[in-house]
Amino acid sequence: MSFQDYDPGDFYDELFTARGVPRSTAALLIEKIESLSIDHLLRQQQAAQNTLFKLGVTFNVYGDNRGTERVFPFDVVPRIISSSDWQTLETGLKQRITALNCFLDDIYNEQKIVKDGIIPLATIESASGFLPPCKGLKPPKGIWCHITGTDLVRDREGTWYVLEDNLRCPSGVSYVLENRTVMKSSFPTLFNELDIKAVDDYPGQLLDALIELAPASANEPMVVLLSPGAFNSAYFEHSFLAQQMGITLVEGRDLVVDDGYVKMRTTKGLQTVDVIYRRIDDDFLDPTEFRADSMLGVPGLMEVFRQGKVAIANAPGTGVADDKLIYAYVPQMIRYYLNEEQIIPNVPTYFCEDEQQQSHVLSNLGSLVVKATDASGGYGMLIGTQSSKQEQNQFAEKIKSNPRGYIAQPTLCLSRMPTLIDESFQGRHVDLRPFIVNGQSHSPYVNPGGLTRVALREGSLVVNSSQGGGSKDTWVINA
Amino acid sequence: MLSRVADSIYWLNRYIERAENVARFVEVNLNLLMDNPVGVAQQWEPLIAVTGDRDVFFQRYDRATAERVLDFLTFDQKSPNSILSCVRAARENARSVRETISSEMWEQVNAFYLQVEEAAQAKDSRDSYAFYSEVKMASHRFAGVMDATLSWNESWQFGQLGRMLERADKTARILDVKYFLLLPSAQEVGTPIDNLQWIALLKSASAYEMYRKTEQIISPAGVAKFLILDAQFPRSIKFCLKWAEDALRQIAGVSASSSPLSSQRALGRLRAELEYITLDEIFQGGLHQFLDDFQLRLNTVGDCIYADFIALPTEATEKTAGKASNRVASKAATNKAASKTTNKTTKEVAGSPIALGAQRQS
Repeated sequence: MSFQDYDPGDFYDELFTARGVPRSTAALLIEKIESLSIDHLLRQQQAAQNTLFKLGVTFNVYGDNRGTERVFPFDVVPRIISSSDWQTLETGLKQRITALNCFLDDIYNEQKIVKDGIIPLATIESASGFLPPCKGLKPPKGIWCHITGTDLVRDREGTWYVLEDNLRCPSGVSYVLENRTVMKSSFPTLFNELDIKAVDDYPGQLLDALIELAPASANEPMVVLLSPGAFNSAYFEHSFLAQQMGITLVEGRDLVVDDGYVKMRTTKGLQTVDVIYRRIDDDFLDPTEFRADSMLGVPGLMEVFRQGKVAIANAPGTGVADDKLIYAYVPQMIRYYLNEEQIIPNVPTYFCEDEQQQSHVLSNLGSLVVKATDASGGYGMLIGTQSSKQEQNQFAEKIKSNPRGYIAQPTLCLSRMPTLIDESFQGRHVDLRPFIVNGQSHSPYVNPGGLTRVALREGSLVVNSSQGGGSKDTWVINA
Repeated sequence: MLSRVADSIYWLNRYIERAENVARFVEVNLNLLMDNPVGVAQQWEPLIAVTGDRDVFFQRYDRATAERVLDFLTFDQKSPNSILSCVRAARENARSVRETISSEMWEQVNAFYLQVEEAAQAKDSRDSYAFYSEVKMASHRFAGVMDATLSWNESWQFGQLGRMLERADKTARILDVKYFLLLPSAQEVGTPIDNLQWIALLKSASAYEMYRKTEQIISPAGVAKFLILDAQFPRSIKFCLKWAEDALRQIAGVSASSSPLSSQRALGRLRAELEYITLDEIFQGGLHQFLDDFQLRLNTVGDCIYADFIALPTEATEKTAGKASNRVASKAATNKAASKTTNKTTKEVAGSPIALGAQRQS
């Protein structure tokens, strides 16, 4: 199937430098795809989709009662990242996660960064993810954030930016692993001819990091994954990761606090749990300290955690770093804690709290992207260039009544790449979410590549699965 | 293993087995009707009585017609024991323990579910024999895949326990179908029609060929003996209880206390009685009475299993706030919860000629 008619357009294209001219790292892939008939490619695409459906690699869509499970659409054209690009990204991500971890440990303890006037206390305390009960916490080995998924994008020039941090419980890594399995069966020869970095090490790396956290008294640490249950949108991932690591998947109702320890209810009685890989949000972890109406958590969990008798990954309170106003301070954090300059830049961010910046934002709503500081998943945002006057007015009101709640950024012209749509290749915008595991015994592990999400709707910049996004396999190639 | 997980695997197997047996109920009735002489009134009401859904059914319909009963037992989403509801419940249970069961088991349940959903959408298989055969085969495939891909560990034993108890209960009910059908025409015992009915019944339990090899001559006593007391036929009540007891013993393991658990006592007693009872003794008390009593006691076994392994009374739940323990208890009982209505239902009809053993038909 030929790329002759594929037009990279006025965008940075991940696979082409110009019409008909593939990037050097992508040349072999393009050649291979061109040697296949359209029918063959469509069959591969369908087979991949069927495999994912049969495996039940599905996500649930909230507010949709009929057929709540859907397959995350998969596109058969992989994204390619050169190893030199990857090296920079890897170093940059390690730098970022190290600084963020310092930040978390600082703000819940001494708050030096506040005292030294780098970040106002009000900014931290007003962040929705800041949890006062976590003050004074000293998590095992000083690690707050064990698992991170950082969203990266490229602009028209191909420059990489960090779009947002996800330190609470980032999801998507199961798609990285499953997409790779599917691609290997679709293009076995390419995997032989190209030096593509393997991704399968992730569950092993994660398990190592989790076991390390166990209290010293635990001989054979019991590690569990705490899930909200089968109705959660990421449930497939929870069960997949538990299965891959051979750990027990528990729900809040399976756990109780007894005799100062967290224990799980088994057919043979109560059994002590040493490490909890939690996939429920901070607010829901412990109804006695956070949201009292939480049915998902474990009453008393936080106190056991404080006593060091159970480890929790990620530590409660990490969500403060997901706040989009806190995000804007990461360059300062890197300078402050590491005495380094940021390797992967942030997207320039306007603070609506600042009067001058707010008036700039309000008079440029048509060209900016406005985001609620406490939202994620593509919810609560305004893309100026694609919005109506009415939507802009609504956001203007929201900003004026709650300036702390909003930030604005220039509209990045995200990079694109060929995607199989209606039997032809069309350019679609993509982002990238690499996954980082932060253990104590070695420097952070960055899974090579990450999840490439693609906005399947023409011209759309929103890649989230809940908003019509799909995914692609991501190949880091040693050239 | 986690109590919740054990509960889900147990019910996953019960629901799959139940779907299979509902298909068998329907099939036996369709078979019987075809052999009936023209003019004999069709009997559909016994079918819903046998599945324990009489009250649910008559809340919605005034009369049991073929079409209504078939729909009620096959694709009706509101009917708790329809094939569709059973397969959905099986899949929900499987989905919540995907990391424990094998991928192959999950794929099989998922395929079963998609197949039934598709048939329900098309609505063209409601009176097709092919569909009911497909349901039976899908259930067999699931059992085979489980045996061949899951370690025979505690998870497997809970699955086996659920399947065997459900099957024992349903074999008893299949025998009861015949009892209900005979009610209006007791004078026909021993006639050619009667024999045809017994043959149809055997076929619905996939027992006809094996029966011929063992008993050869078709007689009511022979069929009852085969389906209740045969030691080797895999759908006979005795066989099912033997394997259920075996699974329960593996689960309970060598416990520190030498005294058996309540579930072991209840199941052990029931099995021992079946071991020594004679066919004459069964018929003396009446076959229906025997089956009814058996189902009640089987329910007790189920309740004891729940108490022994799933709803563990722990110090912790007593110590923590009442709110928390309520929550644990109420949620752990998810599978059990829906059954309450059916138990109530069956109690209400107790005393009438078609009183049924209270059965957890959640």
